[in-house]
Amino acid sequence: MENYVIEMLNIRKEFPGIVANDNITLQVKKGEIHALLGENGAGKSTLMNVLFGLYQPEKGEIRVDGKKVEINDPNVANRLGIGMVHQHFMLIDTFTVAQNIVLGSEPKKGIKIDMKKAVREVQELSDRYGLQVDATAKISDISVGMQQRVEILKTLYRGANVVILDEPTAVLTPQEIKELIVILKTLIKEGKSIILITHKLKEIMEVCDRCTVIRKGQGIGTVEVSETNPNDLASLMVGREIRFSTEKKPAEPKETILSIEGLTVQDSRHVDMVKELDLDIRAGEIVGIAGVDGNGQTELIEAITGLRKKSAGKVTLKNQDITNMPVRAITESGVSHIPQDRHKLGLVLDYSIGENIVLQTYYQKPYSTGGFLSFKRIFDKAKALIEEYDVRTPSHLSKARTLSGGNQQKAIIGREIDRNPDLLIAAQPTRGLDVGAIEFIHKRLIEQRDQGKAVLLVSFELDEILNVSDRIAVMFDGKIIATVNPKETNEQELGLLMAGSKLEKEGAQN
Amino acid sequence: MFSSTKFNFIIPIISVILGLVAGAIIMLIFGYNPILGYQALWNGVFDSPFFMSETVNRITPYILTGLAIAFAFRTGLFNIGAEGQVLVGWVAAVWVGTAIDAPAFIHLPLALLAAAAAGALWAFIPGILKAKLGVHEVIVSIMMNYIALHITNYLIRSVLTDNQETTEPVKQTASLTNDFLIGLTGSRLHLGFIVALLMVLVMWVILERTKLGYELKAVGYNQHASNYAGMKVERNIVISMLISGLFAGLAGAMQGLGSFGNAFTNTAFSNLGFDGIAVALLGGNNPFGVVLSASLFGFLKVGSLNMSTAGVPNEIIEIVIALIILFVASGFIIRWALLQLKKGEKK
Repeated sequence: MENYVIEMLNIRKEFPGIVANDNITLQVKKGEIHALLGENGAGKSTLMNVLFGLYQPEKGEIRVDGKKVEINDPNVANRLGIGMVHQHFMLIDTFTVAQNIVLGSEPKKGIKIDMKKAVREVQELSDRYGLQVDATAKISDISVGMQQRVEILKTLYRGANVVILDEPTAVLTPQEIKELIVILKTLIKEGKSIILITHKLKEIMEVCDRCTVIRKGQGIGTVEVSETNPNDLASLMVGREIRFSTEKKPAEPKETILSIEGLTVQDSRHVDMVKELDLDIRAGEIVGIAGVDGNGQTELIEAITGLRKKSAGKVTLKNQDITNMPVRAITESGVSHIPQDRHKLGLVLDYSIGENIVLQTYYQKPYSTGGFLSFKRIFDKAKALIEEYDVRTPSHLSKARTLSGGNQQKAIIGREIDRNPDLLIAAQPTRGLDVGAIEFIHKRLIEQRDQGKAVLLVSFELDEILNVSDRIAVMFDGKIIATVNPKETNEQELGLLMAGSKLEKEGAQN
Repeated sequence: MFSSTKFNFIIPIISVILGLVAGAIIMLIFGYNPILGYQALWNGVFDSPFFMSETVNRITPYILTGLAIAFAFRTGLFNIGAEGQVLVGWVAAVWVGTAIDAPAFIHLPLALLAAAAAGALWAFIPGILKAKLGVHEVIVSIMMNYIALHITNYLIRSVLTDNQETTEPVKQTASLTNDFLIGLTGSRLHLGFIVALLMVLVMWVILERTKLGYELKAVGYNQHASNYAGMKVERNIVISMLISGLFAGLAGAMQGLGSFGNAFTNTAFSNLGFDGIAVALLGGNNPFGVVLSASLFGFLKVGSLNMSTAGVPNEIIEIVIALIILFVASGFIIRWALLQLKKGEKK
């Protein structure tokens, strides 16, 4: 018999109206990194919450080290050596690393907390696993990647043998991802086991030993990563063939659509985030902006679309100066914007999906006449777009809030493309989406390019930038520091550029 | 499963029932007969056309202040200043009603308009401060209530009268009272309820059928997305407050041109505006819901006056109203209990 540290056998978990997990089996060997792969809403989180004691399964059993156990409380899970690093960190910003880690199981000296001992223990633990965490640093002063390591330390401090990581790379830069992978491998060497929840296939290929796939609540099976490839994994996850590098013809750029000269933009703290930036985008090309989050991409887009004031510079759209126009005028002059934060900007979540479809056009004919809205025409439009963009929703009257992230995004993309813009701005259009939805969205962006639109794509995903763009502008510290051809570059080079190092290669300033 | 619209309907009804039951229990504890008490409450309204008409007069301003609060709520604002807006509307209506000579078809609409404008102006100030400077509308409108109380007192004493506490009655051409209705019921039943019901339709049409309502609600739900969509967020906040204040100002006109026919100095608030918060809450911030909840409030307030005939102190009704509001506000618990019940049935 195999030596399994965790076994979840034929787990079934129902919620009113849906079966979130149906007959799923997950067996994790000691000392392996086991991936749990599935689309958004496939039931990964439910399964892990069952393991962590937050939900009770209707059927099936859980075994830890071969013994059947009943986990009805996260504390029980902790005691059994199961630790979880959530996607959203649960740390207290004003506490130090050590204070956060010992919280709830503090070493005591009399009635006082023995902080010295805590710091020493945490530091030892950190050194042992090569986490390079400073136990006395304040959480608010350390990077996101470092905070994640604190979370990992927290589980180790509590004696975890099995660490569950929920989408750990979603918040990390490429460099931090590499460091995380090293850390995960060290943990394995020290005899820990890891369950990695993800829908990023590349990471699975790189670091995992085995992979369990679930689709629509059903266990599809477990595969050896060494015997599979990303294509097979993707088809297992989605249930059909997926193409990764979206096929596209070479770009045929025509006249300049958007022209930015000397643009300077401040953020709300009055710090210059975009500094005298120049950029041109032509009809029929996709310009990808690569860069680490926080180098001015958000401010750049907000400035182009009129959401943020510009302190200097000029923005021209089809030879029309739009620098100081209000948002609506810019929208009307031919700019569509798929915003980075779809909940904050892209949708009124408490409006129906139908009402959201006309968010920028509600006041125009035929939707509005003499100040009165025609909901019939609005909903006819909505139904047509829902159909065309495959937005899965019970009805056009469902609140936008109730849709999954991918379907919300499809609705936004449908709305923005349908306005037939000259310039389409897509900021992180596939964030948090699964491969099926990503493929769909990439196809649409390229389709727009082929129809002669100018497309500006901002993404923190290098794959996406490399796959979709015709030209890559690397943004660092508020400036475009290099423009490269995606066919002549690679992740390595881009990664260096994104970190601010100058490109020596000839022809780089193309 | 219950849909959320169903809940919006069920929770107020359950709350009213629970409130009345709790009131009965309290009466029992203190040795009163709840059956006789509630009988007296009912008879206090439905025994005579006079009291039924008084009830309608009571309901009318409640509808309007309820609409004022509900409209603001629906667009993401909390207009706690309806109280002050009622007062300025009241005095403005009486002022126009006493100072001008004109035929009724001009005089009455003009007086109503003055009340609406005064209420809107009073709400404009917290609105513009919120829009331009981000000052919370609750703080400003509470202060505006006190300013309204003292300014209207001053106007009545020093401008509308010569150091009197009560103004002249408004001229017949500006009055909402109607000889036919008075003859029919022997009460002061006035035509204000028509104005109130008209405003119910106005609110519904604005919110559910117009471009303006679409914008106002969007701004209330999500200012960032509204801004992204090119809406003028600041302007919409001000417009919401203006419309809300307009309803509250008209509530004042109902009193000044109808039920009382004059204006008088106040030492404390009328509570019409504050009760409007409860009316809106119970009515689910829906214009038609507001009509139902205002009716319940009017019924309870008028009927309770008769409860002393059964030996029950009428303050018990204040307790019942407070409990109803408490139950509505804890609607989450009722919803949870209903879902548990539903679950229990399934098993």
